[in-house]
Amino acid sequence: MIGVVAIAAMGMMGANMTLTVKDQMSEMGNVLTVTHDAGTNSGGTGGGMGGPPGMGGSSSSDDDDENFISDSQFKAVRNSVGTNGTVYTVHSSSDSFSVGTKDGHATVYGLDTDVIPDILNLSDGAYPKGDTGALVGANLAERFNLTLGSRLSLGEEDEGIHTVRVVGIIEERGMSFDLSTDNAVVLADESYTGFYGDEKQYDQVNVVLKDIDDADATSMTITDQLNKKKTQVRVSDASRMLESITSTIGTMTTFVMAIAGISLLVAAVSIFNVMMMSVTERIREIGIMRSLGTQKPEILKMFVYESAILGFAGALIGALFSFGIGYLVVSMLIGNTAHFFEAGSLVYLPAAMLVGTVICIVSGLYPAWRAANLDPIEALRAE
Amino acid sequence: MSPAPIIELEEVTKIYPLASGDVVALDHVTLSIDEGEFVAIMGPSGSGKSTLLNQIGRLDVPSSGRLRIAGADIGRMTDHELTDLRLKTLGYIFQKFNLLPLLTAFENVEYPYLMKHRQNDTAGVISRLLGSFGIDPALAAHRPAELSGGQQQRVAIARALVNDPAILICDEPTGNLDTKTGTQIMETLTDLNNRGRTIVIVTHDPTVATYADRTITIRDGRASLRAAASSSSWPCAASGSTSCAPCSPHSAS
Repeated sequence: MIGVVAIAAMGMMGANMTLTVKDQMSEMGNVLTVTHDAGTNSGGTGGGMGGPPGMGGSSSSDDDDENFISDSQFKAVRNSVGTNGTVYTVHSSSDSFSVGTKDGHATVYGLDTDVIPDILNLSDGAYPKGDTGALVGANLAERFNLTLGSRLSLGEEDEGIHTVRVVGIIEERGMSFDLSTDNAVVLADESYTGFYGDEKQYDQVNVVLKDIDDADATSMTITDQLNKKKTQVRVSDASRMLESITSTIGTMTTFVMAIAGISLLVAAVSIFNVMMMSVTERIREIGIMRSLGTQKPEILKMFVYESAILGFAGALIGALFSFGIGYLVVSMLIGNTAHFFEAGSLVYLPAAMLVGTVICIVSGLYPAWRAANLDPIEALRAE
Repeated sequence: MSPAPIIELEEVTKIYPLASGDVVALDHVTLSIDEGEFVAIMGPSGSGKSTLLNQIGRLDVPSSGRLRIAGADIGRMTDHELTDLRLKTLGYIFQKFNLLPLLTAFENVEYPYLMKHRQNDTAGVISRLLGSFGIDPALAAHRPAELSGGQQQRVAIARALVNDPAILICDEPTGNLDTKTGTQIMETLTDLNNRGRTIVIVTHDPTVATYADRTITIRDGRASLRAAASSSSWPCAASGSTSCAPCSPHSAS
């Protein structure tokens, strides 16, 4: 029973985790990112996972033009997408900053002020308009006690300082494919380029498609347009990242279920023990039945059925408990039970029951064989 | 025409190998029991009488020698055939009744019936049989623990008879009963014998042995034979012979 609960609950947790991640990822499935490809011959839609810019920690000021998406390339992307979606540019760099006496490091994004309200939700404040307004990510705001009106000085003193004022806090977005804003500072494009330069040179171009089904076709069109002669850009979509994450969760779930399987092994030993005790306790009965003319296979069947009934009853109770415990585990560890009642999650209940019952039958086989092969005289003499 | 032997033992030996040395429970026993005979096996504790009964009842395997029951050579039978023999030809009555504790009296009798017939008793054979031993349907619905010793033994006799066996093997059937109930049980067995059933009974009690046509006495694993009713010694017993088949009063040969 405990083994069945362990396996079913762990299995359901894994399934729910995968389904939830898939959900989150599919929310981003309509986003394509176009980044500069540093001259690899991969072509096509690129082999990498892409990911949010600014994560590498490279400062834009140190890079040459070759590492950017040029304005003409951005326009080519915009032409390729046409009316299928919105295309916007992303400036990004990693920079140090100070808030009062505290120093920190964060990703700084520069985005078009017209686009910001479409892609970022605020938990507090308003979207930046002027040159000094900035948005900060939820985690960054919490770590540095940033509130609306807080002042933030970007850059090092010897290279120049750009002081901005927090006008809004960005809602927590969690894992994200296009922009990773939870620990970032988001500036208006003009404010960003005014300080860092790089006007008309972008770190990334993001495409938000109206229809998720256009992702592959649009990705191909962009690649065909821009990588005609030489590989210049890499187009990434969320599906590659999804594959990788799903596979990782799958491996993790298998591992956790293997650990849960150990409890089933312990259960198997208990069943074996119970069945051996049952044979020992009923040794006299077995002797009587044999003396009355009960064939060995019938005694064997009797004990195998008994362990099967014991196993099935345990598995059934285990499945009922798993339902409750699994729901608790999923709601506590994943925080989202939307997928709990889906077939992909609930299938672990009958699966664990089957495994539990089969293990019980297998562990009851030897005691049953022993019972069937008891010497009737010895069995009758037993007290 | 003389009745044919239904049980024949020829030089049957049973040795229990122990660390302290082999124990010879039966030592080259040769005897023959005819169809319809009532035979008592007597002897002191540890003499080998229960071992002999277990050989006859084919619950145990001899170390050497031959055993024939109803003309069949037991040594050549498979386990399946032996079990079938116990189901159809032999009926057992034990000292401790050996009823299955979780089944009711009726179910205890029904169990071997179902094993043989593979179908429910729609003809009411079991109820009639139990009724003939004074176990009415209300009593038959009780479990063995709720019945008296005499009632349990009568249920056990009904169980032994339900498949109409040719031979009844009784191991101290009155050993756990008071004198009055024991007498009733012995009268029942005598009645069954009078109706042609072969009965082999192991007992300590000389009174019980008086119901038998003859008595086989076991001492130190060796058998001797005498007539119980008259208590007169048979020649072979006096001579100390271990081969008693020729001495049987029912064996005309």
